[in-house]
Amino acid sequence: MVDLKVKLHDIEFKNPVTLASGTCGFARETAEFFEPGLLGGYFLKGTTLKNRDGNNYPRMAETPSGMLNAVGLQNKGIDYFIENIYPEIVDYDTQLVINVNGSTVEDYIALTEKVNELDKINAIELNISCPNVKEGGMAFGVSCPGAEMVTREVRKVYDKTLIVKLSPNVTDIAEIAKAVEGQGADAVSLVNTFLGMAIDAEKRQPLLSTITGGLSGPAIKPIALRMVWQVARAVKIPVVGIGGIMTAADAIEFMLAGASIVQVGTAIFKDPMIPVKIVEGIEDYLKRHNMLSATELIGALQE
Amino acid sequence: MPKKFVKDLNVVENRALNATNFLIKVQSDTKLPEIKPGQFVNIEIKEAEEIFLRRPFSVFEVDYENNIISMIVKILGRGSRKLTEIAVGSRLSIVYPLGKTFTYPAVNDKILLIGGGSGVAPMLFLAKESGLPVENVDILLGARSKEDHINLNNYKKYANLHYASEDGSLGEKGFVTQHSIFTGNLKSYSKIYACGPDGMMRAVAKEAKATNVFCEVSLENLMACGFGVCLCCIEPTSKGNQCVCTDGPVFNINDLKW
Repeated sequence: MVDLKVKLHDIEFKNPVTLASGTCGFARETAEFFEPGLLGGYFLKGTTLKNRDGNNYPRMAETPSGMLNAVGLQNKGIDYFIENIYPEIVDYDTQLVINVNGSTVEDYIALTEKVNELDKINAIELNISCPNVKEGGMAFGVSCPGAEMVTREVRKVYDKTLIVKLSPNVTDIAEIAKAVEGQGADAVSLVNTFLGMAIDAEKRQPLLSTITGGLSGPAIKPIALRMVWQVARAVKIPVVGIGGIMTAADAIEFMLAGASIVQVGTAIFKDPMIPVKIVEGIEDYLKRHNMLSATELIGALQE
Repeated sequence: MPKKFVKDLNVVENRALNATNFLIKVQSDTKLPEIKPGQFVNIEIKEAEEIFLRRPFSVFEVDYENNIISMIVKILGRGSRKLTEIAVGSRLSIVYPLGKTFTYPAVNDKILLIGGGSGVAPMLFLAKESGLPVENVDILLGARSKEDHINLNNYKKYANLHYASEDGSLGEKGFVTQHSIFTGNLKSYSKIYACGPDGMMRAVAKEAKATNVFCEVSLENLMACGFGVCLCCIEPTSKGNQCVCTDGPVFNINDLKW
């Protein structure tokens, strides 16, 4: 019997496969396809202090092997989550992580304090990397001082597992990772989407209402994999690997590069059952390679 | 028990209805869940590297006895074109059933169903499902010309069929909103349903609103996931931005910001 359990800081995931924030709603949506307990965890939809309508339509453009989105953190706010969504998902037998977003440091702190009250939420993912909002978001995540400040202030009010989600739209992602590690982050997750753009040549118009948006899907996988490898070598805290994972082989590659767990994102739009297939595929891989535990994969790249 | 499914279904028929519309039927080897008019399926387009996302199609007919789902696929772009090339006997990965249905008519209702382009399928499905006598169901279909219309003689037992074509080659000349059945006594209908191009639905909604007749439209916003997680297909409504894939695709026009 192989053991799929993996620990990230001090919380345990029953397997290394989780779903990425912004691609799995609040877990209820995927529960219409499969039992949520089959996955290691869910990084829930980016939540803000107050309701956000997000950006105007069109928010999506298909691109070669991927897509651009410009959703802009549409959500009903943390109070709505606590009152209406949390009670519905609290009994899911899986790790639930809230992805928190703010325009100001005060927003991040206020949000974190509210999340702190929720017993079943063992971790937050601090989103300092959303490319689709005008204020806050990525503005904090693209400089070491910005990333350090948010991490430091949230750390002061949060004792559970603090994961900081990094933007790939920087010169040196390892420097940002080290900066947040220095301020007490328990883990880093990467990457968020790459800032991109698409144009309708016939109409001579941008395809997104915001002109630019975040690129995701298998198109970004090799770059994301390289960044995870670089960051895993640069920091001592665990790394959550994200970026274009479509198959068990992709997930394993991220773990070999140093990720402790992975997030599957855009793949679920292509096939909502992919995450479950990835769990099965990792189990098969471990058996084939006579490995006893998924933890043996972490950073096991033979260079 | 899951409510939504991802399955490889067998293509049992793929037939051209005219130059741009194809009837595609897929069969499941297990019992189909209930599927209602307005609901849709999301189909993976295989062997097409440049097509990453699935393509949504309204359900046209459901044969529960043989577990067959039918769609009318209109060629609109790369994805739909590729799909119409599918061989009978091959398999299609389909996510189903998605979205919500229409508000069904009451027993004594008189209804008008307006379809254009790829919006014909759910209108015909609803006509069939409405359970109303033929004299209470009017279907008004619009297209550019006779060649763009599909033969619907089978549907005469469910509804009175009316046609509009922009060149006048079939039915009345002009848009559906210029057709005598629409410009006539709209108030005689208890419910109006429409599915088709955005401009057509907006024009229908405007008149329905002006005459204060109940009206639902089925929207076709661009979507990525189809099950309410990507938040890309949003439509501004009186309840905020809603997902066309899960809150719709059917909306009451009074809830839309049209």
